[in-house]
Amino acid sequence: MGRPNYVRNHSSMAAEPPVLELRGISKSFGSVEALTDVDLEVHRGEIMALVGDNGAGKSTLIKSIAGIHSVDAGEILFEGHDVHISGPKDAAKLGIEVVYQDLALCDNLDVVQNMYLGREAHNVLQVLSEPVMEQRTATTLKSLAVTTIRSIRQPVATLSGGQRQSVAVARAVMWNSKLVILDEPTAALGVAQTEQVLSLVKRLGEQGLAVILISHNLHDVFETADRISVLRLGRNAGLFERTKTTQQEVVQAITAGAPTKVSGIPQVAPS
Amino acid sequence: MTTETPAIAYDTAHPDESFIQGLWENFKGGNLGSAPVIFGLTIIVIVFGFTAQNFFTAVNFNNIITQMAGTTMLAFGVVFVLLLGEIDLSIGYLSGLIGVIAAELQKPDSGHHYAGLWPIIGALIVALGIGAFQGSFVALIGVPSFVVTLAGLLAWQGVIQITLGAGGPIIIENRWINYTASYFFSPTAGWIIAAIVIAFYLGSVGLSLLDKRRHGVTVRYPWFVAAKVIAFIALTLLVVGICNHDRGVPLAGVEILFFLIFWTYISKRTTFGRHVYAVGGNPEAARRAGISVPRIRIIVFMISAFMAGVGGIVLAGNLRSVAPDQGGGTLLLDAISAAVIGGTSLFGGRGEVRSAVLGAAVIATIQNGLYIFGFQPGVIYIVTGSILLFAVTLDTIARRRQAKTGR
Repeated sequence: MGRPNYVRNHSSMAAEPPVLELRGISKSFGSVEALTDVDLEVHRGEIMALVGDNGAGKSTLIKSIAGIHSVDAGEILFEGHDVHISGPKDAAKLGIEVVYQDLALCDNLDVVQNMYLGREAHNVLQVLSEPVMEQRTATTLKSLAVTTIRSIRQPVATLSGGQRQSVAVARAVMWNSKLVILDEPTAALGVAQTEQVLSLVKRLGEQGLAVILISHNLHDVFETADRISVLRLGRNAGLFERTKTTQQEVVQAITAGAPTKVSGIPQVAPS
Repeated sequence: MTTETPAIAYDTAHPDESFIQGLWENFKGGNLGSAPVIFGLTIIVIVFGFTAQNFFTAVNFNNIITQMAGTTMLAFGVVFVLLLGEIDLSIGYLSGLIGVIAAELQKPDSGHHYAGLWPIIGALIVALGIGAFQGSFVALIGVPSFVVTLAGLLAWQGVIQITLGAGGPIIIENRWINYTASYFFSPTAGWIIAAIVIAFYLGSVGLSLLDKRRHGVTVRYPWFVAAKVIAFIALTLLVVGICNHDRGVPLAGVEILFFLIFWTYISKRTTFGRHVYAVGGNPEAARRAGISVPRIRIIVFMISAFMAGVGGIVLAGNLRSVAPDQGGGTLLLDAISAAVIGGTSLFGGRGEVRSAVLGAAVIATIQNGLYIFGFQPGVIYIVTGSILLFAVTLDTIARRRQAKTGR
C-alpha cells in the first residue's frame, strides 16, 4: 500500500514518520457501515482537525484509536510501527490520550483525583501518595497556564465548563503523551472560555505534541489547525492545508464532498 | 504548626478563604458530610438524656454499643455498595446464613466440629465466596444488583430454614463466637486500648503532616488539625472512662473501631478506594481511565458479603444461638438505613465509611431510648422510618444543589 502523496509535500516533517497513521480503517456496527477505508495521519507538533457532519464517523474513528472499539479492517501505525490497540490502557501506554466530548471526569472527585484517575501515584501497598499527585497537578496546570481554577482540591462538579475542559486537557498531556485527541473541546462553552481552550490547544502543538482536533465549529478549526481532514458518511472526503483553503471549500466537502479515495487508491488532496 | 512552607505558588486552598467560608462552599456544593447526622445524634442523646430514666448511664452506654455492633458491621459493607451506586439486599439473611454456618462448624458431636477460631474463619471464607458469586452476576453479566441480591435474600433465607429445619436452633458454645458480642476488657486493658488508639492516631496525623511538608504542600487550617487531635484524645478517654464505669470496654466496640479505621483507610488512602468512588461517580469515565470496573464491582460485593458475615457472627454471639429466623426482621433495613442516615448517598460516589457507625448509632439510640420509655416496636419503626425519609430528602436536596453549582 502506497503512502499518500501529501506526506511528501508536507513541509519539513517528511523525514520522520507520522506520530499516528491510519490506513484503510473500516468499522461496521451490524449492517451499518460507520467507517469505510479511512486514512488519517498526524505529525509531531501538528494540529490536525477532523471535521464532518453528524454521523460522519468522527467519534467512531477516535474511539477506534483509543481502543474503545476494535476495527474490522485497516492498519494503525504509531511512530511508524504497526500497533494493535485493544483498550484504553494500550492507547495510554503508546502515549495516546483522548479528551472526550462528555469530558469523562468524575464529578464527585476533585481536580487532583481526576487528573490521576486510573493512574494514581501509590507505593507497593497500593497506598496513595497524595502530596506527589497534588504537586504534579499544580505544576502541570501552571505549565499550561490554566490559572482560573481556585483550588485543585475542589470537586470538579463545582468548576465551570471551561475549567472542566482545561482539567480534561491537562490530564491528557500530563502523561508524556505524544498524541492528544480532543473531541469537540469547545462545544457548550462561552466565548471567553472557548478562547481559553483554543489557546490551550495551540500550546499543545507548540509543545511538540501531535493533536487531533474534532470540531463542528469551523471558526475554531481555522483558528488552530494546521491541516483539516474531512469525513463524510464514514469516508475521507478531503484533506486541506489551512493556509491554502477557505471555509467555503471545507463546508463544501463536509456537505457534498465526494469520497477522495476509491477502491483503496489514495488520492492527492485538493490544494 | 509550622508546616506552611509552600514550595509552589499554586495553593491547594484559596489563599484568602477562611475556614468557615470553605465549609460554606462545601455546603453549597452539596457536600454536607457528617454534619447533619452528628447534629441529629447530639439532639437525640440530649433529649433522651433529660427525659428517659436510666438512659444516661454507663450500663446503657455499653448496651447501645453491643446492640449496634451487628448492624454496624453490615452497614460498613452497605456503604461500599452504595458508593458504587448499587444495592445489596441479601446481606440480612446472608448474615444469618454465615452465623448458622459458624454455629454448625462449632457443633459438638456433629462430625464437623472445629475448635477455636476456625468456625469463624471458615464461615467468613464462605461469605467471601458468596459475595464473589453475587457480584459476578452484577459485574460480568450486568444483571441489576437489586435483582441479584433480592434472589439472594430469598435463597439464603431458604438455606437457613432447611439447615435448621430438622434440628431447630443451635446453641453456640464456642467462646470466640460468643466473645465477639459479649466480651468486656478489664479497666486496665481498656486504658491500654485507649493509649494504643491515641498513639495510632497521633502517628497517622504526624506522618501525613511530614509527608505534606516533604513535598511542599500547604497544610490547610493548621489550627483545625490541632483542634481535631485534641477532640479525638478527649473523646477516646471519655468513652473508655464511661465503659470502665460499667463492665469495661466491650470487644464489640473495639470491633466497630477496628473496621471503621480499616475501611476508612481502604476507601480514602488506597487506589482501590479511589476507584470505588470513581466508578460510583461516573462508571464510563472510570472505564475510559483504564479502571477495571467489573473487578471493582466484584470486590465491593465481596466486601459487602464479608461484612454481613462478620455482623452475622456478632449477632449469633449476642444470642449465643442461631434460630431459623436468623438475619431476618429489620436487620437488612436497619443496616441500609444506617448507611443512608449517616450521610452516604444512594446515588453513588458520595459518602464515608464513618456514616455506617453514625447512622447505626442514631438507630440504636432511638430504639434504646424509645424502648426505655416503654413504646411498642410499632412506634420505634415509625420513628426510624421518618428519620430515614428525612435523611434521604436531605441527600436529594444536597444533590440538586450540587447540580446547580456545577455550571
